[in-house]
Amino acid sequence: MEVRRLGRVPYPEALALQRELVVERQAGRVGDLLLLVEHPHVLTLGVRGDGGRSHILAPADVLAARSVDVFETGRGGDVTYHGPGQLVGYPIIDLNPDRRDVHRYVRDLEDVLIRVAADYGIEAGRVPGLTGVWVGDRKLAAIGVRIARWVTSHGFALNVTTDLDYFNLIVPCGVADRGVTSLADLLGRDVNGADVEDRVVRHFGDVFA
Amino acid sequence: MATDVVMPQMGESITEGTIVRWMKKVGDRIDRDEPLLEITTDKVDAEVPSPAAGIVVQILAKEGETVSVNHVLAVIDAPDAVAAAPAQKTAAVAAAPAGAAPARTPQGSAQSKPAVSMDDAARDRTSPLVRKLAKEHHVDISQIHGTGISGRVTKYDVLDYLEQTGQAGQAGQAGQAGRAGLAKPGDRVEPMSVMRKKIAEHMVLSRRTSAHVHTVFEVNFSAIARIRQATPAAGKPTYLAFIVAAVARALRAVPVLNSSVDGDSVVYHKDINIGVAVALEGGLIVPVIKHADTRDLPDVSAAIADLAGRARTKQLTPEDVAGGTFTVTNPGMLGAQFGTPIINQPQTAILAVGAIEKRPAVVNDALAVQTMAYLALGFDHRIIDGAVADGFMSHVKQALEHWGPEPA
Repeated sequence: MEVRRLGRVPYPEALALQRELVVERQAGRVGDLLLLVEHPHVLTLGVRGDGGRSHILAPADVLAARSVDVFETGRGGDVTYHGPGQLVGYPIIDLNPDRRDVHRYVRDLEDVLIRVAADYGIEAGRVPGLTGVWVGDRKLAAIGVRIARWVTSHGFALNVTTDLDYFNLIVPCGVADRGVTSLADLLGRDVNGADVEDRVVRHFGDVFA
Repeated sequence: MATDVVMPQMGESITEGTIVRWMKKVGDRIDRDEPLLEITTDKVDAEVPSPAAGIVVQILAKEGETVSVNHVLAVIDAPDAVAAAPAQKTAAVAAAPAGAAPARTPQGSAQSKPAVSMDDAARDRTSPLVRKLAKEHHVDISQIHGTGISGRVTKYDVLDYLEQTGQAGQAGQAGQAGRAGLAKPGDRVEPMSVMRKKIAEHMVLSRRTSAHVHTVFEVNFSAIARIRQATPAAGKPTYLAFIVAAVARALRAVPVLNSSVDGDSVVYHKDINIGVAVALEGGLIVPVIKHADTRDLPDVSAAIADLAGRARTKQLTPEDVAGGTFTVTNPGMLGAQFGTPIINQPQTAILAVGAIEKRPAVVNDALAVQTMAYLALGFDHRIIDGAVADGFMSHVKQALEHWGPEPA
């Protein structure tokens, strides 16, 4: 498994890179990959219905004033926030031929992030019916996956030191009755992003060995 | 030769998928392995590639529709065969009700094989679980279209069949009816908004989850009307504020009304967070007054005004709508005498406030004009018995009719 740590990448660029790599992976020209990035402030919309536009609570001028872009993604799901302090992982993995179970794949992603949280002494878990990783009734990491001919793209967004105030701009993933949290928020101290990346890489390797 | 495109099996536990969008339309040419449509199952989106090159001759499921695994979504035919009309296929599909997912239609009459051998063959290929399920519901397995390995009838086929023939799940029925071409010429068809769909899901889920029962109390608001009259307009608390404050006190006295069901356990919430339903254009939202039992009346009144105002101007934050443990809704505002509200899951009770208005009432054995209203409580009989619910309502009534500072 090749890991590419790309640092700060604008959302549209990361999206284009993923599309390219999915094609490469389908053709067998590259092996399984994990991209790790951080995005500048952005709200991403899904394709269904209004893509979650009605879940953006802030008016356009507020978004502009806080330099938050709104971007249509082509993925499903609802509106999602990405920004500084959030570790975003895009696994480009071929689930063919023996891992063709998207539920299992999502559970495995959750498992990686639950293990990372445990490294910090945080007991994170799943909430039946709601994808993602939760601590109590607050969401620590969001998951949204796309599959094309069993090659994965999109992935997870783990809040490390994310300014949670930005989530107030939206109803996260349409789930109005639950809040969000971050590692820093839960620990009450700053968390080193590179350290979290290392742990994500290690556990990802273990779970997807 | 025509090729069916079916809903793919995306995982062991996945029985259905929802169509996100079609990337081709009928008449379009498509290559083998070219993406034909996108589906979604539970936050995972997938492209479905075409299994063959040719022309898309039929699309059998609409965007937004949820379809069982292995059911036919589209038909691809070779370009030269299209002109000659794919006779069999078209006939079979035309026989299905317009708009319904045709693959769900039980097979049988279309098959020319003798019924006996069909039946035997089907039975040979089903598991004991499936046969038991079929027997329990008096279903003839040979009437069911199998989607399992080599046409085997699976548990899900039986459940689908039951749903379709109206033997199970009213919710499923409603969904089916919506697809069965209800629109007559001149009718307006409007897709539901995201909020509308969420509300719909939530309501049906709640009806299926809780054993709903309602109890209605008449409450005399005359004492509160006098208090309000004596208060200057600027800081005048609304009736709703009095009700929320009274409910908060009563919840402290009868905590099971402030609980949730978690499997075989009842979770009694420490905090008393009362949601107040606010009507919006095209839906509703329920902002929450946190720790309502620790706030005084002016504070509750100000919180309601603030939340309702921000709800209507779309300025609520996710925090504002999180963590409710009980809900108050106010259909009386629109003239209803009383409502029979649906519980806001995972809560276990909800109070509907009817119109507060002057009515003749008997006071000290004489008729008098009093400010009256009906309060209706919807509660989950799984964990709350009638006597307990009525005890709670007595607390609310008592607090409202004899309003005073926090009672001992």
